[in-house]
Order: sequence, then structure tokens, then C-alpha cells
Amino acid sequence: METLKERKTSVKSKTTLKISGAEAIIHCLVAEGVDLLYGYPGGAIMPVYDELYKFQDKLTHILTRHEQGATHAAQGYARVTGKVGVAMATSGPGATNLVTGLADAQIDSTPMVCITGQVTRHLLGSDAFQETDIIGISTPVTKWNYQVTRAEEIPEILAKAFYIARSGRPGPVLIDITKNAQIDEFDFSYTPCTGVRSYNPFPKPDVTQIEAAAALINNAKKPLIVFGQGVILGEAEEQLKTLVEKAGIPAAWTILGLSALDTNHPLNVGMVGMHGNYAPNMLTNECDVLIAIGMRFDDRVTGSLDTYAKQAKIIHFDIDPAEINKNVKVDVAVLGNSKETLGLILPLINKTEHTTWHNQFKDKYKIEFDAVINKDIHPTKEKLTMGEVIEQINIASNNSAVIVTDVGQHQMIACRYAKFNQSKSNITSGGLGTMGFALPAAIGAKMGRMDREVVAIIGDGGYQMTIQELGVIFQHKVPVKIVVLNNDHLGMVRQWQELFFEKRYASTVMVNPDFVKIAEGYHIKSKRISERSELQSTIAEMMASKEAYFLEVKVEKEDNVFPMIPSGASVSEVRLK
Amino acid sequence: MKMENNWYTISVYSENNVGLLNRISGIFLKRHINIEGLNVSKSEIDGVSKFTIVIHTTEQWVQNIVGQIEKQIEVIKAFYHPDDEIIYQESALFKISSDLLFDERQIQNIIKDNNSQIVTVARDFFVLSKSGKRDEIDKMHSELEPYGIMQFVRSGRIAVSKAEMRISSLLEEFQHN
Repeated sequence: METLKERKTSVKSKTTLKISGAEAIIHCLVAEGVDLLYGYPGGAIMPVYDELYKFQDKLTHILTRHEQGATHAAQGYARVTGKVGVAMATSGPGATNLVTGLADAQIDSTPMVCITGQVTRHLLGSDAFQETDIIGISTPVTKWNYQVTRAEEIPEILAKAFYIARSGRPGPVLIDITKNAQIDEFDFSYTPCTGVRSYNPFPKPDVTQIEAAAALINNAKKPLIVFGQGVILGEAEEQLKTLVEKAGIPAAWTILGLSALDTNHPLNVGMVGMHGNYAPNMLTNECDVLIAIGMRFDDRVTGSLDTYAKQAKIIHFDIDPAEINKNVKVDVAVLGNSKETLGLILPLINKTEHTTWHNQFKDKYKIEFDAVINKDIHPTKEKLTMGEVIEQINIASNNSAVIVTDVGQHQMIACRYAKFNQSKSNITSGGLGTMGFALPAAIGAKMGRMDREVVAIIGDGGYQMTIQELGVIFQHKVPVKIVVLNNDHLGMVRQWQELFFEKRYASTVMVNPDFVKIAEGYHIKSKRISERSELQSTIAEMMASKEAYFLEVKVEKEDNVFPMIPSGASVSEVRLK
Repeated sequence: MKMENNWYTISVYSENNVGLLNRISGIFLKRHINIEGLNVSKSEIDGVSKFTIVIHTTEQWVQNIVGQIEKQIEVIKAFYHPDDEIIYQESALFKISSDLLFDERQIQNIIKDNNSQIVTVARDFFVLSKSGKRDEIDKMHSELEPYGIMQFVRSGRIAVSKAEMRISSLLEEFQHN
């Protein structure tokens, strides 16, 4: 690993001492600022757990009920704090159970370090008990991975792991450590990693591209901003807001960009994509300049690429060179950290307003409000809707809660209607669409921001994929609020079956257990409601609770989420019903 | 941007790392693109490895793939070139029964005409080597085939670009970033 040594700062710690690899791991984590990690012990990682026992004052380990829960909790923690989340597991099944969380963190650019135990070095390749090739398995779903087979490698590799996980476009890193490397003793010293010679996470912004982008923006008559999580990861929320206000540009967001700009900002025109808002989707195909900031033109955002914003000049701000021209061919690409690039372009932007253009968004919003929104959040039908539950949470939380969602109809409804007045507040599985994400992610989010209210909104399907994590909430008294929007169906799949599979409802009806009793089994305060008259007061009671609270809301069973752009259709082919 | 399929040679400069080949081949696997030729060797820079990968695809895909390859932590730089921008060769070995060398006059002509070399002669067999472009190797193969080839193997393509690949200065830039 001579490559690592090349760009280190020379802040070697003054003294060295002989310690075990396992103890070294603890010191490395502490040196990286980790005070909380999630995991599950087992044979090949036991030396590390033994050290965790000794260093409980420095590092809190939370025992999740499944390793997948450990990854999602680490992700939730990372997404609200901006820090690296850490998960730990043993070899074999412990390691393979991390794969979904790794894939989720990879596609949603979440900084995470996973540490797995591995059979001792001389047993590698012998099909030993709980041996699995987790390096091979995790390669496509990690930003970087590495197998440590000697104790001496630990400080250098862990330093590199944290550096890679958090720098540039963040992502998950897996470090697999053989048991002998955990047990063997060596002279420990720790030096943080400040660079890897083959890895350039900070592309230098190109002034000519910035000027070209500014010229396009200044000359635009109908500009549209679409921002993604790159704004949050780059902590460029202020720069985005200034750009939006100075240039008077309507700004829409991808699902992961949500909360980077106050949802009540007058120029915030809503969500793009399959279940996004009518105006930004329709007007994507009318704008003259599309300014994409920290987003990656996912197919759920663009619909058919053949008809996506063909009339517009496209500017793409992104930190990842591989995203430029990947899905959509752009006219100007501005590489770099969003805070830096937006900061550079702001002085070049003329103060403007685009009132007529902005009014087109307002007109289209009115169409959507009458056709969809009003019915969703102020329903007149008997059964409760998901939309009105979200609306009540907005009211009770004053738009200031962290909202963690799972995957499906409730997720789309929550992201459409939840209001946010601060960043890093919308935690959801966007790219991978991982059911079971929300409950453990909410635990991590709450533990990362104990000062904030964290509400998990989950469907009855996804809830049962990681329901065992209620054990963590109980054991560690995590005061998280859990709302299950129960329609007794896998609602989103049911919706597709209704619309595109001639109502053949294959395996989407769920006969559910008594969720309240289950929560009670974990001694979590819980309640079930099905009447509108109980909604407001119950949500208020839940939000006021100082401890964890489980709320099951029985909602209309066969509601559909609209607007909807059918898969593969154009963004301007929005169905309102 | 060329939308039709074409032959492209991808040259990857990287750190020498045990898992990197897996990472790089996974990029092709994910896109269902077949690797037609693969060679890994040292490069002109100490401690830097060079992958030479040949694929048959569109320019859009090869750009996408090169972007993904460059994104890998241990990759220093990746380039892609159509055939007219590189000097390239493959190498082949033919194992032939020794009797043929003595019994068939034509074999000696094939060796001479194809500029092939005799690598070794044993009691039972002899081995011919041939370096060149794919069609030159194919030509020699088709000429020898009627006489019987005991074993045949052809290497992946190796290539150098006509234009400069500025790896050393790039590495220096990284150092000073």
C-alpha cells in the first residue's frame, strides 16, 4: 500500500504502543470522530466486540436485530448529521446481510463505513465456517472495499476508508478484517488520510464553464432549476437559495433534494419525476434553460429520455464527472463541489425576475390542486387518506421534523406533502427503493439528532420487513415516532396492477397482524385510529410524547398516487387521475 | 457522437490492487457488454499497472464505461481509442506436430510468408509464434488448419496510442492538489 503513504500529512502521533488489531480498530474509529455505531456480533468479529466492551465510555454500540438494520440506521445517522455512519457485522451471513444497505448507500451517495469480521487468514479460501467472499460480493455496491489480513494495515486502511466514504461524491466503504489481524499486536499509530494519489474527489471548477453557465442563465427567458441531494451533500443550501432568489428562477427538486430549499419558499415549485408535481414536470418540456444541480437524471425523474427537455439548453452542476452526459447530454457541465461552484457563479448572475414564467407554474399548480392535492389533504370521502395524515404532521411539527420514509405510496405522498423548513430532514431510500429502510433509518436519524423530532412514515408492507428493530427502540429508549399508514396492501404494486395489469392483484393483499399489540409487546406507547375525528388530536398527542410512540392509521385501501407519469412516458404526459 | 458499434481499445492506468480487475470487469457485466480482449501488464511508470481492454460497442457506451472506470478509487486515468488512433498487436502460439515440419514442404513456406518464428522444436511437436493484427493471425491460422493444429492460443490486444497519454504529469498534479 505504498500509494497511501505518499500524500499523508506528517502528523504522526508522538508515541506508539503495542496493541491488538481489535483495539486499534476502536482507536481508529474514535480518531475519526465516531461515537456511535450499529452492528451485530458473531464469531469472526468477537475480538472487536471484546474491545467495544472495554471502551464503552468512548464508543456506543447499538445492537440492531438484523445486520440490514445496522446499515440503514447508519445511513439514517449519516443523512441527518452529514457524518460517516458506521456499521459492523461478523463474517458470512453477517456480512451478506449488509449488502442491501451497501447498495442503498451506494446509489444514494451516503457516507458509510462497514466493518466485517472474516475468518483467520490461513483459512481464507478453505470454505471455513461462516467464510464468504464479501469483497467479491460487495464490490459492485461499494465505493471502495478492502480486505485486511495483517494487523499493521488497520490504521492506514481505516483512515483511507473514512476519507473515501466522506470525500467527493460520498458512498459506502467495506473493510473486511480477518480474525488474525484483529488478534495480532503491533505498534499502533494513527494518521488521518488526506489524499489517495489515484483518486481526485475535488475537481477544480473550470472558470470558462462557470462563465458559459452564467451567460445561459442570464439570457434565459424561461429557466428552471432542478436540484438534488448534491446541494445537501455539498452543504450548498444558502448558495442555492441565493441563486434562486437573485435570478428569480423557479426551483424544483428530486426526491433526495427535498428539504434543501424551504418547501414554503415562493420559488419552490415542487418535485419532479414519476409522482412529482404537475407544473415542474410539464414545464421541464417548456423551459429554455434547465439548470440541474447535484442530481443525476434518474429514469424516475426524466421519464423517456427521447422527449426530455429537448427544447432546452442544459447546464449540469455535479461533483462526479461520470454523471456528466451519462443519461442526458448537456450543453454546459460545471464540475465541482456544489457550494464552491454555486458560490463562483453567483457574482456573475444578474438580478432578474421571471414573473410571467413563474405564473405558469402557479397556474399549473392550481390545476393539480383542484385535481389531486385538495382531495388528498382535505378529503371528503369517508376513509382517511395518507395525504391528510402528512398534513396533520406538518401542522403538529411546525414543518420542522425529520421525516423518514420507507418505499411505496406512503413515500410518494409523504414527499409530495411533507413541509420542511430545514435541510437534511427528508430521509428516504430514493435510488434503490429499499422497503424496510424507514424503521432502522429513523432510529439512526433520531440518535444522530436527539434535538430534533423524527417521524417515520411507513407502509404496512415495508414495516414488516424490518419490524424487529422495534427491539432497538425499546432497549435503547429511542424516542422516535412511528406512523404506519396501513392500507392492508402493497399499495404501489397494487396501483400498478390496477392501472397496467388489468386489476390482476397478484400477491398484493396483506392480511396483517395486530400492529398495536406488537408495539405493546415492545412496551412502546401505541394507538390505532381509523376515524378523521381522532386524527388531529392523536397526531398532536404523538408529537407531544417524550418517548417513542407507535401510531397505526387505517387508511383507504385502494387509493392511487397521482399525478403519475407512466413508466417510460414523457415528463409532459402526466396523468392527473 | 457515433451511434453505431465500433471497436474500441480502453487503456487503464491504475495502482496495482488485488480487487481492481473484479471492479473493472463488473462495470462491463452490469452493462451486459462482452470483453473481447483483456491484457494486464506493467506500464511505462514504476508501480503503475496498465489494463488494455477491447470492446465492440457504441461511442456513447464506451464514454460511459470509461467514466465509470475512472471513478474507481485505484484508477489513475482511463482512455479509449478507435483502431485508427492506436498501434496495436496480438500474439499467437501454434503447437504443430513435428512430422509436419519434415513431411510437408508447404509448412516452411507458411512460416516464412507469415513472418512467423519457431519458438521451440521438440521430438513430437514444434511451436510457432506470430505477432500482428488479428487478421494476420487469422490468415496464418487458416493456412495451418488443414495440416492440423494441436493447440492454438491468441493473446489479448496490446496497444499504444499515437497521441500522448500524460500519466506522469497527471500523477504529479494529483500530488500537488
